[in-house]
Amino acid sequence: MLAILESLPKAIEFGLLFAFLSLGVYITFRILDFPDLTVDGSFTTGGAIAAVMITHGYSPWLSTVAAFGGGCAAGAVTGLLHTKGRINGLLSGILMMIALYSINLRIMGVPNVSLLGEPTIFSSGVSPMLISAVGAVVVKLLIDLFFRTDLGLSLRATGDNARMIRSFGVNTDNSKMLGISLSNGLVAISGALFAQYGGFADNSQGIGMIVIGLASVIIGEAIFGTRTIFWATLAAVFGAVFYWIVYTVALESEWLRLEASDMKMITALIVIVALVIPTAQRALKQRSVARRRSAELAGMAADTEHGGGR
Amino acid sequence: MLELRHVSKLFFAGTADEKIALAKINLSLKPGDFVTVIGSNGAGKSTLMNVISGVLTPDAGEVLIDGAAVHLLPEYRRSRWIGRVFQDPMAGTAPHMTIEENLAMAYKRGKPRGLQLGVTRAKRAFFQEQLARLNLGLHTRLRAKVGQLSGGERQALSLLMATFTEPQILLLDEHTAALDPSRAELVTRLTESIVREMKLTTLMVTHNMEQAIRLGNRLIMMDKGRIILDIDESRKKDLTVEQLLREFERISGHKMADDRVVFG
Repeated sequence: MLAILESLPKAIEFGLLFAFLSLGVYITFRILDFPDLTVDGSFTTGGAIAAVMITHGYSPWLSTVAAFGGGCAAGAVTGLLHTKGRINGLLSGILMMIALYSINLRIMGVPNVSLLGEPTIFSSGVSPMLISAVGAVVVKLLIDLFFRTDLGLSLRATGDNARMIRSFGVNTDNSKMLGISLSNGLVAISGALFAQYGGFADNSQGIGMIVIGLASVIIGEAIFGTRTIFWATLAAVFGAVFYWIVYTVALESEWLRLEASDMKMITALIVIVALVIPTAQRALKQRSVARRRSAELAGMAADTEHGGGR
Repeated sequence: MLELRHVSKLFFAGTADEKIALAKINLSLKPGDFVTVIGSNGAGKSTLMNVISGVLTPDAGEVLIDGAAVHLLPEYRRSRWIGRVFQDPMAGTAPHMTIEENLAMAYKRGKPRGLQLGVTRAKRAFFQEQLARLNLGLHTRLRAKVGQLSGGERQALSLLMATFTEPQILLLDEHTAALDPSRAELVTRLTESIVREMKLTTLMVTHNMEQAIRLGNRLIMMDKGRIILDIDESRKKDLTVEQLLREFERISGHKMADDRVVFG
């Protein structure tokens, strides 16, 4: 129990690093209704760009911004494949993810770049939790604001009713590309922060990130709801934090006997359960409503017959 | 205002299912014309709408708006001239966005969209004023999600969104067909008053014969991808549904086959 409490701050820190990933996945998965698997590649791209730039003497902040740019570029290519190339959405993401595996290796030159002894945005003495918390909140608020602009509204409508927004003059191919690009930029920020926090960038760092992102978004939605964009992005940020708390508790608890290597399966299970439950609930509810209404209607019919007999 | 020259459209070209949707259509609308379009199943009415709005590109011929050829432009670029209401009440609005957000998107029809705030205080007041004209109480529900509205309310909102920016051309594709009779009547009344007030050049496809005769200043009848009858205002005034049907049979050589047709 004590071990769990001691590891909580670390879990929260982790969660805040991953809040950007979660916000990115929210944009593609919920706003654009586009399940984007580029994430596993672009997360690593972010870490790779940041690590290589930092080891070459660039400022860690500039390196993180460059990582954002790299993620945006990767997302833009996925968007191009999907819209102009007319390739199925899932497949465009998978293709880009695989291509990024080679590209990331090219960026780093070696499979693993160490940042030990290098300056990072966390080496300034300010607590990592504060830095990532402020960063996550600022980005969350910027996203909220963006989705209330004319451009942001057209992006949301592209996911909600593409036919309608086309009839009002929006090139939905462009808005999809913009959304996917922005999303992967955010994911790459998480990758860059994660590499700086952990002290290394690795070519396999991004594996399973899409599922962690989905789990975070879904957990957050379950807690905070999605009434408005404000609440939905808040849910994404806190969903990431809750995910890592759950992760830590599951890993530290003695009777569960879970290994770190089991966690990908646990994460997948969380997503599966979260996706299945709402559908099952809806079906059950509909059936009970239908049954009740049929009974009511049958009752009314019986009443009329009775009344007619008098 | 709107002109179609020898416009043809073929579906499934070169296959066993090949079908002529539009066969060398010529049509010219003057500014302020309100034309109703009727015809049997598969006559090409919806294809006509889609070729004008840019959902489909004609295989041959030209579409001109205000003298400019637009038939090669994609749909999103033609929207600066065209406002559109679809048959499906769900099609014209974004259900998970609020009424004011939907109106803000429609407000920018055909214009570049940047990083200005979509709903400002000034616009909200304008939206309220516009919504009040519908007499549905929607002006008090600006922040309600459109998905919570009924089909009739959504269609009235779609109509407002398509028209309040005064497009050069308004396309109505059986926009009352999916509504129950009282709601359909309401949307029809709104259409009539909005089109008259703004003097919009309008093309309206309908299944309701009586409506086709009563509304607008011109009626065209389509069959097998052709315009087979074109009736102007003076002749339309005294027209009856029976006359229209008889005329259809005489020209086309077959009965009006339409499972949804309403005689009024």
